[in-house]
Amino acid sequence: MKQKSNPFLYFLEKITPLIAIIGALLIGSVVILLIGEDPIQVYKMMFVLAIGNLDGWGNVLFRATPLIFTGLAVAFAFRCGLFNIGGEGQVYVGAFLAAYVGFTFTNLPSIILIPLTIAAAAAGGALWAFVPGLLKAKTGVHEVIVTIMMNWIATSLTFYLVLVYKAPPTEEMKAAGVQQMIPHTSEIAEAARLPRISTILSSLNIQLPAHNPLNVSFFIAIAAAFLVYYILWKTSLGYEIRAVGYNQTASEYAGINIAKNIILAMLISGALAGLVGTNEVMGYKFRWRQELFTNLGFNGIAVALLGKNHPFGVVLAAILFGILSYGGALVNIFTGGKIPRELIMVIQAVIVILVVVADEVAKRFILRRKSES
Amino acid sequence: MAEYLLEMKNISKHFPLVKANDRVNFSVKKGEIHALVGENGAGKSTLMSILYGLYQADEGEIFIDGKKVNITNPNKAIELNIGMVHQHFMLVPPLTIAENVILGREPRKNYFFVDKQKAAQEIKDLSEKFNFKINPWVKIEDVSVGIQQRVEIIKVLYRGAEILILDEPTAVLTPQEVDELFRMLESLKEQGKTIIFITHKLNEVMAVSDQVTVMRNGKVVGTMKTADTNTSEIANMMVGREVLLETKKEEQKAGKVVLKLENINILNQHKFPILKDINLTIKEGEILGIAGVEGNGQTELVEAITGLRPVSSGKIFLYEKDTTNLKPRKIRELSVAHIPEDRRKRGIISEYSVAENLILGFHYRSPFTRGLSLNFPAINQHARQLISDYDIRPPDKDNLLKSLSGGNQQKVIVAREFYGEPILLVASQPTRGLDVGSIEFVHRQLLQARGKGKAILLVSAELDEILSLSDKIAVIYEGQIIEVINAEKVDIKRLGLLMTGAGTSQRKEIPKKDIEGKTEERYLKNEAKK
Repeated sequence: MKQKSNPFLYFLEKITPLIAIIGALLIGSVVILLIGEDPIQVYKMMFVLAIGNLDGWGNVLFRATPLIFTGLAVAFAFRCGLFNIGGEGQVYVGAFLAAYVGFTFTNLPSIILIPLTIAAAAAGGALWAFVPGLLKAKTGVHEVIVTIMMNWIATSLTFYLVLVYKAPPTEEMKAAGVQQMIPHTSEIAEAARLPRISTILSSLNIQLPAHNPLNVSFFIAIAAAFLVYYILWKTSLGYEIRAVGYNQTASEYAGINIAKNIILAMLISGALAGLVGTNEVMGYKFRWRQELFTNLGFNGIAVALLGKNHPFGVVLAAILFGILSYGGALVNIFTGGKIPRELIMVIQAVIVILVVVADEVAKRFILRRKSES
Repeated sequence: MAEYLLEMKNISKHFPLVKANDRVNFSVKKGEIHALVGENGAGKSTLMSILYGLYQADEGEIFIDGKKVNITNPNKAIELNIGMVHQHFMLVPPLTIAENVILGREPRKNYFFVDKQKAAQEIKDLSEKFNFKINPWVKIEDVSVGIQQRVEIIKVLYRGAEILILDEPTAVLTPQEVDELFRMLESLKEQGKTIIFITHKLNEVMAVSDQVTVMRNGKVVGTMKTADTNTSEIANMMVGREVLLETKKEEQKAGKVVLKLENINILNQHKFPILKDINLTIKEGEILGIAGVEGNGQTELVEAITGLRPVSSGKIFLYEKDTTNLKPRKIRELSVAHIPEDRRKRGIISEYSVAENLILGFHYRSPFTRGLSLNFPAINQHARQLISDYDIRPPDKDNLLKSLSGGNQQKVIVAREFYGEPILLVASQPTRGLDVGSIEFVHRQLLQARGKGKAILLVSAELDEILSLSDKIAVIYEGQIIEVINAEKVDIKRLGLLMTGAGTSQRKEIPKKDIEGKTEERYLKNEAKK
């Protein structure tokens, strides 16, 4: 009858992603067998390398950080019934704005510049999501169409801007008479950079290699996940946003301003995507370069799906994607290229497909059990 | 020939948590109209689904004409000449009546082509035989609901049905259409057809059936001759306790005018009027009933008052305050409560818990919100209070609303809307889909509110409800208030006629395209409404 009265069905509904992951690893092992390798060995190698030591964990969480942001962005909008697939564009613009603030206001102290740069990242993403939100709320134009188009505008716009704010050639380049191969901006000020976790840990006498890219942005991502949880389930704003997502006509009836909530949800969603800039720009490369962000927005959709649009699910899903991505890269190196990195992409894709399938199958199964009762 | 045409013996059907049918015996004689009554969840639908092959019984046997049969699916049922007319019509609007009837059983011509002439002729014959008055060449989208229902019945007859199961057939009909339906059922009976009539409206049981079987909690409580019983006996059997069918209304003086509508007009997006010059007033302690066939502007009227739809011209006053075109939230804050006509669409958020639904519309106010955060102790306290006050079942504030029965969902809405101590209550179809017990409950609540001096606008498709509760009755037809009648002096026949446009009721039966004279104008207007 209801979920509570049948713990088995309730449980089943919650663990479909787990079933999907196991299924995807099984399908992946068939592919590995076809390549002529031993799947158990490969998976073992992958997990040991990725999460068998502190350096591995650092890399995994570093790769998970941007996916937490973009996954949260998709999940948040989804709770309001919106499909924000413009994470890609929102990431580009947010990160660019962060870089711009970082390399422009170079004489500000850290205590001002870091919050300002973080705010710039969020504001850039929010700005890019505001347009589709406004159009959806006021004219009913579908947000999927507008966010896709906004992605292309963001790609071109940031590409133009990076040429405007191109870093001056270094002495070596001048001497050799070459240009930058891939255009990128100047580096942001020292005062705008987020500390690496390795430096923090070394003061506690824990050894993490200095080249490990994990930085404070990971904690910002975790804080963002808690914030999203708090907003959605503990505030009246979240109550309204979810109400609009579930039933617009009933929300209207209850005096909830649908347009306002759609715009707000898109703004918050975009801001979350924009915060990717804190990891790649403020914590890693210290400059804006397009390739840093490629596909982060789109992978956020998969992460949100796997995380069932719940902030804590998103964190777990992003970490899993981090393991696959980092472990996959290492396996590729350690097997001398026999296991291609693309295999990992296959597994990621299969997970996404299986989540959808498993979800649907579970839903039908539950429905059938319910309708019989 | 056996004594009974249909016998269902010791039918049991268990679902994981309920016994839907518990050793049910149900027998029907050939050529009788047999009413099957009971509250929602009493097991009527399960029993009929077993007969129609949609479910398999766990135990029990079915005999048709004395022979034991095994009905494993609806096709088997159709082979055995059992036909079912569902509550929700299954028709294809752009196809003609003839095409709809033959769908799936098309007569062929030259092996390849559908023989529409032959089909139409057969349908005409059937229609004449049973006095149905339908034209097979008209499209479904152009005919009234009453005609559509006849098409459904013809469809079943066309497939050779001898036993017809009608599932709540009157729910969607006007009083005139109900009368027509009953006449058709009589003529079907005269031709030897057997009819099982599922309903929970007791006056219909009395009006049309020969036998009545009452079910409660999956069991048959009794079967008797309709002539030997009466409505209050049946109602008591259904509910298992004494039920007050006649809601007793205290004499009461109406107070100050609470709601006043002045020349309200609403145009749709094609600039066609949906509401025309509506003038109404409701006073304190007064129930104003809006009687009318659905779709004549009631929805728009309610939405205009509650701020959900802008009015094109005219003024709405709440006491002295002009509330015309205020936002829904502003109007709610002026203590206007609204029980919406479509509870799934507007009244509830089915993915939210009972507790969350009980604050819908109040959620942002104290004590439910403190600062930005929801105040869960207050929300839970509120939920526990209303669940016990209104006997919402199951009594668990954390249940999702979608897991509740329709009656309990409605109780959640009623509880919430009464909570704010409204000065005006707009109740639209407040008892739709509810069983006798819940209807009684809602009626009692409405009359209590009236007793406390609240103004109530009652919109209902149930004429009985309007008649028994209202102090004044306004008849609405094609967006206009035709007449406001004092409820004590009302003549039901005349009310029925007014509802269908004063004497044009016969015309309504004919597809609008075929009406002479006003054809063009009316048809265009109708198209524009869509």
